[in-house]
Amino acid sequence: MAVLLKAQDLTTNFYTYEGAVKALDKFSLSIDHGCTFGLVGESGCGKSVTVRSMLRVIQSPGVIEGGKVLFSEKADAEPVDLLALTEEEMESVRGDSISMIFQEPNAALNPVITIGDQVAESFLFHRVAEMSQKICDAIDSGESYGLLTPYYRAMLGVAAKNPKAPLLKFCSQVPFLKWWDKPVKKEALQRAIKIIGKLGIANPEEIVTRYPHNLSGGMKQRIVIAIALACHPTLLIADEATSNLDVTVQAQILQLLNDLKKESISSILLITHDLGVVAETCEKVGVMYAGTLCETGDVKDVFSTPLHPYTQALLTSVPKFNQEGELQSIEGSVPNLVNPPSGCRFHPRCPKAMDKCSTDKPELKELIPGHLVACHHADRVIGGLS
Amino acid sequence: MKKKIIELKGLEKHYPVFGGVLKRQVNSVKALDGIDLDIYRGECLGVVGESGCGKTTTGKAIINLHAPTGGEAIYYPEDGDPMDLAKMSNRQMKNAGIRSRLQMVFQDPTTSLNPRMLIKHIIAEPIKEQEKLSARELEKKIVSILEMVGLSRMHLMRYPHEFSGGQRQRIAVARAIAASPEFIVLDEPTSALDVSVQAQILNLLDKLRKELNLTYLFVTHHLLVVKYISTRIAVMYLGKCIETCPTDELFSNPLHPYTHALLSGIPNPEVAAEPNRIVLEGDVPSPLNPPSGCRFHTRCPFCIDVCSREEPVLLDVGNDHKVACHRQDVVKELVKEKFGIEGYF
Amino acid sequence: METSTAMTAVQAHEHPRLRELKFTLARIFRNPSAVIGVVLLSFFIGVAIAAPYIAPPKYAHAPYKMPHKGFSPTPKAPSERFIMGTTSGQYDIFYGVVWGTRTAFKIGLFVVGIAGFVGITLGVLAGYYGGWFDEFLMRFVDIVWSIPLLVLAMTIVVAFGRGLENIMIALALVEWRWYVRVIRSEVLKLRNQEFVQAAKLMGVSDCKIILRHILPNSIYPVLIMGSMDMGSMVISASFMSFVGLGAPKGYADWGQMVALARNYIVGPSNDPLQFWYTIFFPGICIILFVLAWNLLGDALRDAFDPKLRRR
Ligand SMILES: Nc1ncnc2c1ncn2[C@@H]1O[C@H](COP(=O)(O)OP(=O)(O)O)[C@@H](O)[C@H]1O
Ligand SMILES: Nc1ncnc2c1ncn2[C@@H]1O[C@H](COP(=O)(O)OP(=O)(O)O)[C@@H](O)[C@H]1O
Ligand code: SF4
Ligand SMILES: [Mg+2]
Ligand SMILES: [Mg+2]
Repeated sequence: MAVLLKAQDLTTNFYTYEGAVKALDKFSLSIDHGCTFGLVGESGCGKSVTVRSMLRVIQSPGVIEGGKVLFSEKADAEPVDLLALTEEEMESVRGDSISMIFQEPNAALNPVITIGDQVAESFLFHRVAEMSQKICDAIDSGESYGLLTPYYRAMLGVAAKNPKAPLLKFCSQVPFLKWWDKPVKKEALQRAIKIIGKLGIANPEEIVTRYPHNLSGGMKQRIVIAIALACHPTLLIADEATSNLDVTVQAQILQLLNDLKKESISSILLITHDLGVVAETCEKVGVMYAGTLCETGDVKDVFSTPLHPYTQALLTSVPKFNQEGELQSIEGSVPNLVNPPSGCRFHPRCPKAMDKCSTDKPELKELIPGHLVACHHADRVIGGLS
Repeated sequence: MKKKIIELKGLEKHYPVFGGVLKRQVNSVKALDGIDLDIYRGECLGVVGESGCGKTTTGKAIINLHAPTGGEAIYYPEDGDPMDLAKMSNRQMKNAGIRSRLQMVFQDPTTSLNPRMLIKHIIAEPIKEQEKLSARELEKKIVSILEMVGLSRMHLMRYPHEFSGGQRQRIAVARAIAASPEFIVLDEPTSALDVSVQAQILNLLDKLRKELNLTYLFVTHHLLVVKYISTRIAVMYLGKCIETCPTDELFSNPLHPYTHALLSGIPNPEVAAEPNRIVLEGDVPSPLNPPSGCRFHTRCPFCIDVCSREEPVLLDVGNDHKVACHRQDVVKELVKEKFGIEGYF
Repeated sequence: METSTAMTAVQAHEHPRLRELKFTLARIFRNPSAVIGVVLLSFFIGVAIAAPYIAPPKYAHAPYKMPHKGFSPTPKAPSERFIMGTTSGQYDIFYGVVWGTRTAFKIGLFVVGIAGFVGITLGVLAGYYGGWFDEFLMRFVDIVWSIPLLVLAMTIVVAFGRGLENIMIALALVEWRWYVRVIRSEVLKLRNQEFVQAAKLMGVSDCKIILRHILPNSIYPVLIMGSMDMGSMVISASFMSFVGLGAPKGYADWGQMVALARNYIVGPSNDPLQFWYTIFFPGICIILFVLAWNLLGDALRDAFDPKLRRR
């Protein structure tokens, strides 16, 4: 399968009072077209920083120090390096080709704007030209938009070619003339209602007039998903999107994502700390620890025969349906990344650590076809076998 | 013979809602609407349900942190006569010497520890309330408690912010057991923690319960956690207890449709599993105006006429298994027929 | 065990409270404006303490009375004898500025002390217990809020006569309302915090809960406000003196000295700045004094900002 997004040697530091937090250290990852990729790891190991770096929305003390993020929206297209784009070009990638859903729906929704306007907003940001063209065609084929139809036709004709034309900007400041975009706004709202309806929300016409505080947590998260899906992104990134929800609501949302993937989005990057969610919804998985990728491959392979000691420990530390005996826990906690451990960053907590682990950083190697691991121990065991 | 420690009889907690110009009470949030439950000495009773269904409120009402507005919560001390906690004030409980016997561990250890107190003083607080000790004895006792939860003397003189999340939760547990309680309400003690740390805390809690002969009310929304740690489980929906039974029984023989929905919604970390989901429609209704009849009828896939009219009672079906559903005898077949689910293992 | 062992290796033997204090001080002094504020403030404190040596009083029993040579209404320029000149009525400006420092501290400490004490006590009780007492107090505060300071000050002056003490009382009587509101809202936030509930569960008495859990966590906004108020109260008192309600003529008070300079702020038309010294010295003292406290208050605010606290 063709690669959709590929991060190479991504390095991000946060320059804080206590020193530089080395949050990502030569992180590499690749996501295929049409794949649901799960990224797991303890909190604080850099999952959010990874996606924020890839989309270049890292907060202030953070600096992307190096690496590449290669993105090829069409399967056969030449990949572009997102880190090399200008901010303007990047803005059109965000929300259009790549969308993101965060954990907290409240932070993503504006409390004083109606749901409908918030969803419509994303069409108005990315799709003015296309919508204007559509309305122009409608007018040309005889549809009427009231008295002002000729004026709308003239203005929208301009907007269809260049939505950022100076004339439009000027008219938007002038009373009466600024109504030129009314049909577009109406169209955007129609589209918003349609997409909200698609997400399994009953009577969307009524929902679009409500404000976020009138909705339940699961409903809000669905609206956020609607906003993210508005422009049919190629890649949807869900950062702990279901972590705050109940199992019953989580089941709804995950099923929704699964259905959507079949029809409208190409790939999903699902970030979570719930291994169960990954096991059930993802095809591929990446396990992160302290800013590095330790293991990646097919979910079935990784979860049934984990090779990295960290993955093994993580899997034995969650309770299962047929749990027998005591849960095993990982001793210690995620290290402070101002002074990350030398060599393999996991070695102070690793039960299998060898001398080499504290000095040499293990490389991510394809030990079994399609199953990559960064661990000296696994290297020795598997290497010895084959 | 199992001995009761707490018996709830129709316990109610309604939060008033004020409105209008004169701030009159216009309605109430029926967070807890008549719950019947027995808790036995030495067990760990898990309470599960979606958020907002009144789990935390139950915990707080039992130990009288928020005074219940109706019903009874009878406490059976090992020595002496039963008392109705619901009718006692904090001061009366203190005078009767039972205030510190009922403790609570909160969900988020960051907000449940005073950020400006040293660990030493945090643990000393409950001890000082109970006995007068010399400074040396006090310190010895504090250290022994810290060691019980896996910390050491070296942590005495530190502030909470100098610890990791898991360690902070250990401190919160240490503070609760320092009050020498008999009964502890654990309100989602691992939800704010990482999966890797969760196991440490669960094992610690289990060990302490056995060593100190404690009784737990373990509130959580995570069914696999409750399966791991509890001996018995109560399932709640909209302020009501709808099913209670021993843990193994619940997972092998669930009777309420809501329990089926919860169980089938658990994401299973084992990749071999073939998920078959009962995906419920809509959200939990508002506790301001709960539905008539069976509260679950608005979302229940097997709802029949009688469900919206009559409220089912919590019925004992043998095996220490109680359930409140009009169709409990056929639910299993219905689930198999409609969703193709035979069991949850 | 788990937390950064490197950090504790050095600091382990230090008492944690000392460590915490050092951390806070380091945070405060990272801010250059705090350094300026503290330097200015130390200067004023030094002057206030050393006042009897810098400017020995003429009448030992009434040191706040500014000595004057003659009664001429025309100010005299700085000279060898009066290094900052004399003001209208021939009062020594240097003497007034030096002893005025003490007056400024007196006003600030008295007003902030009384207002703070009353405000904190009432605010904590109202916030913690709530109920009818809270309702009653807040309505009363609303009433106090509607009293204009000037009207209250005039009433008090009419009733008890002109004097700095009466002005200080008037200021304290209106200033406490700020403290009540601020601390009450802090306490309301804390009252339902889980660590307070946990303390209640252990049977800790209300009194201990307030002293141990509520106050230490709610006092910082009040400290910041108190620091800012130290300056603004001096301004208010000066204003009262300027309009003739405060300190009597000849009292060593910056505001009163500015009042004396009232008619000489602009000199004769051929030399408008002829009497600059009458307004400049007391004026600059007021400005610097207020500035010092404000800088300090700002630095405290940054240092105590909960968002910046280490986790
Ligand atoms: N704004 C920030 N300032 C300083 N450090 C940060 C900031 N954001 C994240 N970090 C650091 O980056 C690391 C990874 O954080 P994050 O990606 O949020 O973890 P995750 O999403 O896996 O829970 C953490 O160690 C954290 O301390
Ligand atoms: N202090 C309160 N005032 C008003 N309503 C409350 C209060 N605390 C909880 N509730 C309501 O009571 C219901 C049950 O809450 P809670 O017991 O916290 O649920 P859970 O712990 O199961 O998530 C919720 O609908 C919540 O909104
Ligand atoms: S590289 Fe070494 S230390 Fe790291 S996980 Fe593998 S065995 Fe453990
Ligand atoms: Mg994150
Ligand atoms: Mg809760």
